[in-house]
Amino acid sequence: MKVGRKKGIGVNIIIESVLVITVIVLLFPVLFMVINSFLGSKEILSSYGGILSGSNLQVHFHLIPEEATLEGYGEVFLMTPAYLIKFWSSLFLSVSIVLGQVMVSCISGYGLAKFHFPMKNEIFYLVIILMMMPTQVLMVSQYPVLSSMGLIGSYFALILPGAFAAFGIFLMTQVFSYVPNEILEAAKIDGAGHFQILLRIMIPCSNMGIASLVILSFIDNWNMVEQPIVFLKESYQYPLSVFLSSINTNRLDLAFVCGVLTIVPAMILYLFLKDALILGIENASFK
Amino acid sequence: MRTKSTLGKREALSGFLFTLPTIVGTCLFFLIPFIINIFKSFFTSGGSFAGLGNYIEIIRNKVFQLAAWNTIKFMLVCVPLIVAFSLIIALFLYKKLAGAHFFRTVFVFPLVLPVASVILFFNILFAEGGIVNSLLSCFRIPAVDWLNSSASFFVLVFLYIWKNCGYNIILFLAALNSISKEYYEALRLDSASTWKALWHVTLPMITPHLFFIFVISVTNSFKAFREAYILCGNYPNRDIYMLQHYINNNFQTLNYTRLSVATILIFLLIFMLILVLFKLKNKAEEHNL
Repeated sequence: MKVGRKKGIGVNIIIESVLVITVIVLLFPVLFMVINSFLGSKEILSSYGGILSGSNLQVHFHLIPEEATLEGYGEVFLMTPAYLIKFWSSLFLSVSIVLGQVMVSCISGYGLAKFHFPMKNEIFYLVIILMMMPTQVLMVSQYPVLSSMGLIGSYFALILPGAFAAFGIFLMTQVFSYVPNEILEAAKIDGAGHFQILLRIMIPCSNMGIASLVILSFIDNWNMVEQPIVFLKESYQYPLSVFLSSINTNRLDLAFVCGVLTIVPAMILYLFLKDALILGIENASFK
Repeated sequence: MRTKSTLGKREALSGFLFTLPTIVGTCLFFLIPFIINIFKSFFTSGGSFAGLGNYIEIIRNKVFQLAAWNTIKFMLVCVPLIVAFSLIIALFLYKKLAGAHFFRTVFVFPLVLPVASVILFFNILFAEGGIVNSLLSCFRIPAVDWLNSSASFFVLVFLYIWKNCGYNIILFLAALNSISKEYYEALRLDSASTWKALWHVTLPMITPHLFFIFVISVTNSFKAFREAYILCGNYPNRDIYMLQHYINNNFQTLNYTRLSVATILIFLLIFMLILVLFKLKNKAEEHNL
């Protein structure tokens, strides 16, 4: 008996250390970015000179900067507003898509989850298939439509198809299907209309589900790469997610700061909505 | 009786109207243009009937072949790896260790993290004079040019697992938690070993969930294009030149016939893959019953 327990503890220690190592590997990139964002340009040159000049000089990375400064932050926030403007337009883009998607998905999710009508299952299957397609496949279909609407080159080319993204519709259909039918029947007997039911019952009962849609959709669009590089014409319009890869080598010090800035909105959402995020991943599945 | 059927009809109409935004959006941004593309794909750009000519041209195209093979290769390597890795981690977490909730939350963090924001880290990690090579040189292993050689394939595999393992771990944990404890108790009475429990209860019980986990892993493998693009741009090393790069680069030249033929082929390929997985799932369920 005692031997068994001892062995159990040994195994547990091994498992825990595997988990801790995995966590460190997963989180280290963020720590690295944050540390480096406090480096002065001199230390950047001595640490990453090889990267800057494209030679194979060794990099020297210190966990604690020799001389921490706010130089980079000062430049991004005060001297070169271009970066901050990018930040806000990226935020505008993501928030618009999320709002559109929440609206479309809540309305359609209600229709798909709580009604029976011809072709309903076929529509739902199509939504699932579209959810699994690579973005590029969808973009080839979207391009001529957006082009004839004259939207290529504007943010609406990203916002409009984004609002109708299949993932949100699928997720909200799943979330709404968990609301018990008895409540809806009771509300109908009390004379509530469909819109009242949607606003007063479905949405309040599913607030965690909607929160999960908000975080999953925001993250996906905050990180978007595929659409901007095709649907936007000028590189100055690119959102942060694409733009960052182009400043990397010229101004390494600013790139670190901008990297940290890009993490911030996603990080804030994560801290507040991490339980909703996990719930969303669990809900957006089927057996 | 009649009132009931009209009531049913009214319900159906309301349901249809609520679903209308989805129907309109899907038709406008996918279905109609896709059908037009299929129709057009049988004609040359001049307008004469070409039969399967456009398809044969694409399939014979060396760049398309390379991109298709790379995409399939990436999928074949990544998906089993991530499923196995996340299953192991999920089994660890399932044992109700100290901090299981904390670990579960932390594992999804890379999913949230914008790749662009940490791409510098990966640049420095995998650069020729980078961190990985410095570590390797301690073991006297010669430096590898990770991003500009065929090794970039493994960099991409690593990034894919780094980013997506949390997603799969959560799905596996949900599957594991849905297993009734009674099965384990029955086995414990038989004083069966941990391995036996794993083999005879855990794995068969999560098989139905495996279907979705495979599907989502395949879906996410297409998203690895983001990492590939941000790390290596439009023309990466030939080993990670994917179908997504191919489509993107044809967008630059706006060769629309080629684009639509390529996407129709990709659509069919993925559609068939989902069907096969679905069939396998049904077969597994029959077997279990």
